[in-house]
Amino acid sequence: MSDNGDNVWILGASMTRFGRYPDKDLIDLGAEASMDALDDGGVTIHDMDVLGAGNLFDAATGVGQRLQKQIGQTGIPVYNVSNACATGATAVRAVYMAIKAGEADMGLAVGMEQMGKQGLLGAAGKARDEKKVYEPKGRYGSVMGVEGILGTGLMPGVFAKAGMEYANEHGGVGFEQFAKVAEKNHQHSTLNPLAQYQKPFTLDEVMNAEMMSYPNTLLMCCPTGDGAAALVLVSEEKLDTLGAEQRERAVKISASVMTSDEWTDSDQVQPDVSTLTRRAADQAYERSGVDPQDLDLVELHDCFATAELIHYDNLSLCAPGEAGKFIDDGGPWRDGDIPVNVSGGLISKGHPIGATGAANLYEVATHLRGEAGDRQIEGAKVGLTHVIGLGSACAVHVLEKAAV
Amino acid sequence: MGKQVPIVDYLILDDGPPHLRAQVCTGCGASYFDRRNACAKCGQRAFEPRSLPAEGTVRSFTIVHRAAPGVPTPYVSAIVDLEGGGVVKANVVNVDPDPDQISFGMPVKLATFVAGTDDDGTEAVAFGYEPK
Repeated sequence: MSDNGDNVWILGASMTRFGRYPDKDLIDLGAEASMDALDDGGVTIHDMDVLGAGNLFDAATGVGQRLQKQIGQTGIPVYNVSNACATGATAVRAVYMAIKAGEADMGLAVGMEQMGKQGLLGAAGKARDEKKVYEPKGRYGSVMGVEGILGTGLMPGVFAKAGMEYANEHGGVGFEQFAKVAEKNHQHSTLNPLAQYQKPFTLDEVMNAEMMSYPNTLLMCCPTGDGAAALVLVSEEKLDTLGAEQRERAVKISASVMTSDEWTDSDQVQPDVSTLTRRAADQAYERSGVDPQDLDLVELHDCFATAELIHYDNLSLCAPGEAGKFIDDGGPWRDGDIPVNVSGGLISKGHPIGATGAANLYEVATHLRGEAGDRQIEGAKVGLTHVIGLGSACAVHVLEKAAV
Repeated sequence: MGKQVPIVDYLILDDGPPHLRAQVCTGCGASYFDRRNACAKCGQRAFEPRSLPAEGTVRSFTIVHRAAPGVPTPYVSAIVDLEGGGVVKANVVNVDPDPDQISFGMPVKLATFVAGTDDDGTEAVAFGYEPK
């Protein structure tokens, strides 16, 4: 796919601060980000040809159409999408593909979520039947809940095992290397006013926090939260007709790739978050012509510290097998070789699930525009975003600053 | 003592020593613990049951300290590579839940235990892996 003038560009971008909004609802958050993204792009809802609406927990409620009732019912097609933690990026891709297909010149993609405080996802108790009688149920003929009896499938444990598998295969990775990831992201978040938490922690504090699922302590796990992020995408042809300031601030989507799991011998018992990430990244580098070493910043899916570390390798940010050395050497810090998660990442910026995959595009685009304030990576020209939703769905985008 | 039932249908209790049984693709040998319409690896549609070996090694593990309500903690959850193929998720039992007590590649073997009893006195038998 060559650079033949049919690129898709980001014209406007916005996100709410991630956090807890008990006084707002999901649609309030989506509307806030959407209207701000439209304003940022210097366009209105009446310029949009398509709407991609990403949300997970309220996915059956026609979220995109509910949003339209707040910001403008213009009759355009709405794609409500749900794709686990990759939901926001999937909404972006729905709009991206509509523009690529020539069906739209401009579109709005929004990811939104209101989770509140849920504690450990998936751990909610079930009401007991009046009489307990073991009967085989479901695809595995189970007579009772198996979580905690036949291993764990909850997120802190799943991602702990993913990290430990990497530690098994490669030297130089242990509890301390994983903890250093969280130390970095918490430190980075102190510069980001949009982050849910903006509090630094020492490595010692990270390692001595409550153990959730070894080696992930509480400070190495992302929180639940509320928030939204929105992007206005535009075709290159349409962009050329817009004003000088709009063109100068536009950010090119040099690659937009999505993958799902391919079969592995273990994925029926342990989600494989690496294979599909590697495939997506490799395709994104090939399509964009960008070398990983050219990246000025990366926002990747650090739902847990163990996940971030293995994605250094999956995204080719470090030499194969050297993710431990990469963090030990300070490579992913904001003053390192390839700054990773300068927003604070999911660990500290937060992870309102449907918003996350759009928010990381907002973050990188903001740096490429030179508008990231205190956390700006100076002179950033090329960045990459990555999200993964278990099941699994992975999206990787490569963004480049407009050549003015 | 009441009767016993396996916690999942791929744990076989009534055909020799307790063991796991997989549905194996006749085309490529990929194994599954649930029913599949076609093999997720090669697409062929025929499967046959196969008993899996009781012994394997630890590929990866975590030690769960905060769990779903009612689950005793801490416990060790592991991914086990079975000898001759097949990968299983289960707890490592009969071991201290301490990172120093569990190592990558540690040899383990299947062990069963009673996970609960229903109101008719029927026991649910679960499996884990213990150090060999």
